Amino acid sequence: MRRWITWSTGFWVGLFAVTWLLSSYSFQLYKALDARWIVRFPKAYELPTESRISALLDWLVDSAHFVFFTFRDLTRAIAALIEIPYQFLRNLLIEGFQSGLGAEAVQIAPSLSWIAVIGVAVLIAHFARDLSLGALTGVCFLYLAVFGQWASAMVTMASVLIAVPIGAVGGLLLGIAAYRSPLFEKLLRPFLDLMQTVPVFAYLVPVLILFGFGPVAALVATVIYAMPPMVRVTIVALKAVPEEIKEAGRMVGCTRHQMMWKVLVPSASPALMVGVNQVIMLTLNMVIIASMIGAGGLGFDVLASLRRLDIGGGIEAGLAIVVMAIALDRVSQAFASRGVHEHRSGSYLKRHPWTSTSFAIIVGTLLLGQFIPAVQTYPKDLTITTGPFWTASIEWINVNFFDAFEAIKLVVLQGLLLPVKKFFTGIPWAWGIIATGLFAWKLAGWRMGLMAMLFMAFISASGLWGKTMVTIYLCGVSVFLASLIGIPLGIWAAERPRAGRVILGLMDTLQTLPSFVYLIPVVMLFRVGDFSAMIAVVLYALAPAVRYAAFGLREVPAHLIEAGRMAGCTPRQILFRIKLPLATPHLLLGLNQTIMLALSMLVITALVGTRDLGQEVYIALTKANAGQGIVAGLCVAFIAIIADRVVHAAADGQRRRLGL
Amino acid sequence: MTNQVLLDCRNVWKLYGARAETILQENDCPDPEALKAAGVIGAVRAADVQINRGEIFVIMGLSGSGKSTLVRCLSRLVEPTAGSIQFDGIDLLSASDAELIEIRRKKMGMVFQQFALLPHLTVLENVAFPLDVQGVDRKTREARAREVVTLVGLEGRENYYPRELSGGQQQRVGIARSLVVEPELWFLDEPFSALDPLIRREMQDEFLRLQNMLKKTIVFITHDFDEAIRLADRIAVMKDGAIEQIAAPEELVLNPATEYVAEFTRHVSRAKVIRAKTIMSPVTSESFAGEVDCRATVESIADQVEAASGPVRVLNNGEIVGQIDKQAVIDVLVGRK
Ligand SMILES: Nc1ncnc2c1ncn2[C@@H]1O[C@H](COP(=O)(O)OP(=O)(O)O)[C@@H](O)[C@H]1O
Ligand SMILES: [Mg+2]
Repeated sequence: MRRWITWSTGFWVGLFAVTWLLSSYSFQLYKALDARWIVRFPKAYELPTESRISALLDWLVDSAHFVFFTFRDLTRAIAALIEIPYQFLRNLLIEGFQSGLGAEAVQIAPSLSWIAVIGVAVLIAHFARDLSLGALTGVCFLYLAVFGQWASAMVTMASVLIAVPIGAVGGLLLGIAAYRSPLFEKLLRPFLDLMQTVPVFAYLVPVLILFGFGPVAALVATVIYAMPPMVRVTIVALKAVPEEIKEAGRMVGCTRHQMMWKVLVPSASPALMVGVNQVIMLTLNMVIIASMIGAGGLGFDVLASLRRLDIGGGIEAGLAIVVMAIALDRVSQAFASRGVHEHRSGSYLKRHPWTSTSFAIIVGTLLLGQFIPAVQTYPKDLTITTGPFWTASIEWINVNFFDAFEAIKLVVLQGLLLPVKKFFTGIPWAWGIIATGLFAWKLAGWRMGLMAMLFMAFISASGLWGKTMVTIYLCGVSVFLASLIGIPLGIWAAERPRAGRVILGLMDTLQTLPSFVYLIPVVMLFRVGDFSAMIAVVLYALAPAVRYAAFGLREVPAHLIEAGRMAGCTPRQILFRIKLPLATPHLLLGLNQTIMLALSMLVITALVGTRDLGQEVYIALTKANAGQGIVAGLCVAFIAIIADRVVHAAADGQRRRLGL
Repeated sequence: MTNQVLLDCRNVWKLYGARAETILQENDCPDPEALKAAGVIGAVRAADVQINRGEIFVIMGLSGSGKSTLVRCLSRLVEPTAGSIQFDGIDLLSASDAELIEIRRKKMGMVFQQFALLPHLTVLENVAFPLDVQGVDRKTREARAREVVTLVGLEGRENYYPRELSGGQQQRVGIARSLVVEPELWFLDEPFSALDPLIRREMQDEFLRLQNMLKKTIVFITHDFDEAIRLADRIAVMKDGAIEQIAAPEELVLNPATEYVAEFTRHVSRAKVIRAKTIMSPVTSESFAGEVDCRATVESIADQVEAASGPVRVLNNGEIVGQIDKQAVIDVLVGRK
C-alpha cells in the first residue's frame, strides 16, 4: 500500500487546518468564553518600548552630556559639516553665489549655466564609455531643462552629489575595517541586517528629531540608508581579490597600508564600483522619500502633486526622476565596467582633454551668459509642459475605462484580497506566535523557530498584532502575484534569448526607478486602498522574481539537459522535469528578494492609505513620535528577518537535496 | 668566503586543522595515520632543504603534494607550524614584520602560477611596482623597469594592460617584476603551468637564457618532470607533504630512493638525463674523432658520437677525463643497463 500522507505533508495540512479553524472562529470563541485576551493582547501587559525609546531620544537631545560637549553640539557639528558643502553645491548648480543676506544680497557669481551642466554630464558619460552613452545622458539632462524640471532636478542633484561620496567613502572605510578585523565584522553584521530591513520611514523619525526638518536631516537619513550595501560589497570585493595577488603584494614588501591602498583596493575597484552604483541608486531612491523631511527637489514636487491630486504635475516630476535615475545608473555602471585607460602624452591640454574641454565649456558659457541670458538659464518661454496632456490622458482613461477598472478591482478584492485578509487578521495572536514558530522550526530548525516566536511575541506585546497581520497579508498576496507573473516571464526570458533581452532590459529599467514613482500611475488609475497598494508592490517587486528565474534556468548544467534530450524528453518535459526542479534554489532566492522588496515598498504605500505597519510608521513620522516609528519599524524588520532566514534555509535544503 | 648554503630549512612542518598546533607538542614526528586520526592535514611534513647559491633547485610533485605550501614557508608567506629556516645567516622565522618587509623588498622575488599582475597597472607600472613600494622616485624606477622589460623581451608593450597580453607575455611581466629589485633568491611557483605546451617550452628556454646571464639562486616548482630535468641542478621530489628524495636529475633516474620516485622516473627518457661523465670510460685511445663536455646529456651528444669515426674525448674544463664510444651511447638510447 502506498503511503499517501507523509509526515511532512501531514504537518503542513494540520498546521493550516488548525490556523484556519482558529482564524474563522476566534471571535465566536472569545464571545463564548468571554475571554477578550483571545483576540486582543491584554493592554496591561503591553511593553512600554515606545515610550522608553521616545524618552531616550528626548534625553539625548535635551540633556545628554559627554565630557566636553552635549549631544546637541554633536548633531549640530555634523549638520554644519554637511550643510556647508551642500549649500555650496546648491549655489553652484542652481542658486548662484551671493554675499550679504536678504534684500541686500549681491550676486558675486552666477551658478553653472544649464549648458555647462549638460556639457559636463555628456563629457563624463563619454569618458566613462562612449559617445552614445554621452548622447543618452545629454538627452536625459536636456529633458530636465526642456520640460521645466531643471531647478528641482538640480536641488536633487546637489543632494545626490553630497550623499553619494559620503555613503561610498564611509561604506568603503567601514568595509575595510571589517575586512581587517573579523571581530568588527561580526559586530557590524547585525547592524547591516537591521539597516537593510528596517523600513526607511522608521529612521526618518529619529533623524528628524535629532537634526530638525530640512535638507541636512534628509541627507543624514539618505546616507544611513545608502551605506550598508557599500559596506557589504567592500567586504566581499576585498575577500575576492585572488590569493596570489595578495601574496604578490606581500612578496614585494608592501606595508599594511600599501597593501590596502596599492594592491587590494585598486584590484577590487571594478567590484567596488558596483557598490558605488548601488549607493547612487539607493541615494536617489531615498532622496525622493526624504523630501518628506525637507529634502526638496523632485521628490517634493511628486509628493506635493500627489497630495493635490495634480495628476499632470506628478507624472512630469516622476518622469524627471526616472530620467535622472537612468542617466546616473548607466553612467555609474559604465565606470564599473570601464576597460582600457588610454595613456596620453604631450602638453597638459593634450593629456587631459576631458578636464580641459569641461573647463572651456564652463568658462565659455559663464562669459556668454553675461550677455545672453538664454545661455545662463534655459528660457522659460521654450519650456514645454506635458502636465495638461497627462491630466487629460488619465482623465480620458478614467472616463472610458472606469467601469472596467472598477470591475477588475472588485473581482480581485472580493476574490482574493478580502478572504486572505480575513484569514490573516482573524488569527488569534497566541496561536499566531505558535504557528510562526512551528513554521520556522520546520523549515529552518529549532533555533530559528524560537527566534521567530520571540519576534512575534514582541510584536503582540507591542500592540501591533493586527497591523502586522495586515502587512503580512498584503505582502503575501503581492509576492504571490509577483511570482505568478514573474516566474513565467523569467522562464520565457531564459528559453527565448531574444525575448529575454527585452524582458530583462525592461526589468533593469524597472529596478532603477525609485520606489516612489510606482505610486503615481497606480493612484491615478485606482485611487487609494489595498488594491492600489498591491499593484504598486507587485510592480516594484517583480524584477527579482523574473531575474532569478531566468538566471536559475540558464545555470542548469548543459550535460543534464543533454542527458534529458538523449533520454527522449520533449522540450516540455525538459523544462518541467529537469530545469525547473534544478532551478528551485534560485527560484527561492528570487522569492526571498521579492519578499524583501515587497516589504520595503509596503511601507511606502502607506501614502496611499493602507492600514498596516507602514501606516503606523507614517503616522509616527507625521507626529514625529520616534518611539512609535521605531517599534513599528522593528516589527517590519522582524518579519523581514524571519522570511529571509526561512527562505534561505529552504533554498539551502533544496540545494543539498539536489546535490548542488 | 660566504656560506655556500643560501637557504637552510630544517624539519619544517606545516599542518592545517583545529589541532595543528597541539599535535606536534605531543609527538615530534607524527606519521600520516596519526595526523589523519587527529583531523589534521599535513601539507608539509619534516622538510629538510638546503639551497646553494647559484643553483636551480626544483621542487617536484603531483598537485596537492605540498610544493606551494613548502615554498610559501620558505618565504614565510605562510607561517610554518614548526621547524627552522635560515636565510643568508638570518633566522627567518624570528624576523619581525619590519625585517621581513625589508628582506622581501631587497632579497627575494617570486613568480606566481596565475601571474598575479595588478590589473589596474600597465606593464611598466607593474614591473616598477616593487620599486614604487620602496619609495623609489618615478624617474629612477621607470628607467630600471624599462631595462628589465627589455630583458624579458617585452619592449614596445610598456603601456599595455595585463588583460591585453597573452598568457606567455603576462608571465614575462611577472618574471620582470620579480627581477626588478635584483633579488638574491628567486622563487617560481609553477610559473609555466598555466601556459600551452609550445609556449611553455619557449619560456623554459627564455628562463635558462636569463639564468645564464643573471646566475640567481632559484627555487623552481613544477609538477612536470620533463620541465624539472630540463632546468634543474637538483630536484626534490615531494609526496603527500614529505620530501622523498633530493638529488641531481641523473641520480634520481639512476638511483631512485623510493618506490614512488622509481615509478615517477620510469618513463623518463634516460638519454635526456644521463650525462657524458656517467657513461665515459677511462682513456685508452690515442686519437679522438671529437670532443664533448662531461656535463652534456647523452641526448645532446648522440648524433655527434654516432657520426664520429672513432671514440670522442670527454672534457672537464678543458681537461681530458675520459672517452665515449658509439656502443656506450647506443646502450643508453635503447635502455640497456
Ligand atoms: N589554507 C589551507 N587550509 C587547509 N588546507 C590547505 C591549505 N593550503 C593548502 N592546503 C592543503 O595542503 C596540501 C598541499 O597543498 P599545496 O601546497 O597547494 O599543493 P601543491 O602546490 O603541491 O599542489 C593540499 O592537500 C591542500 O589541500
Ligand atoms: Mg601549487
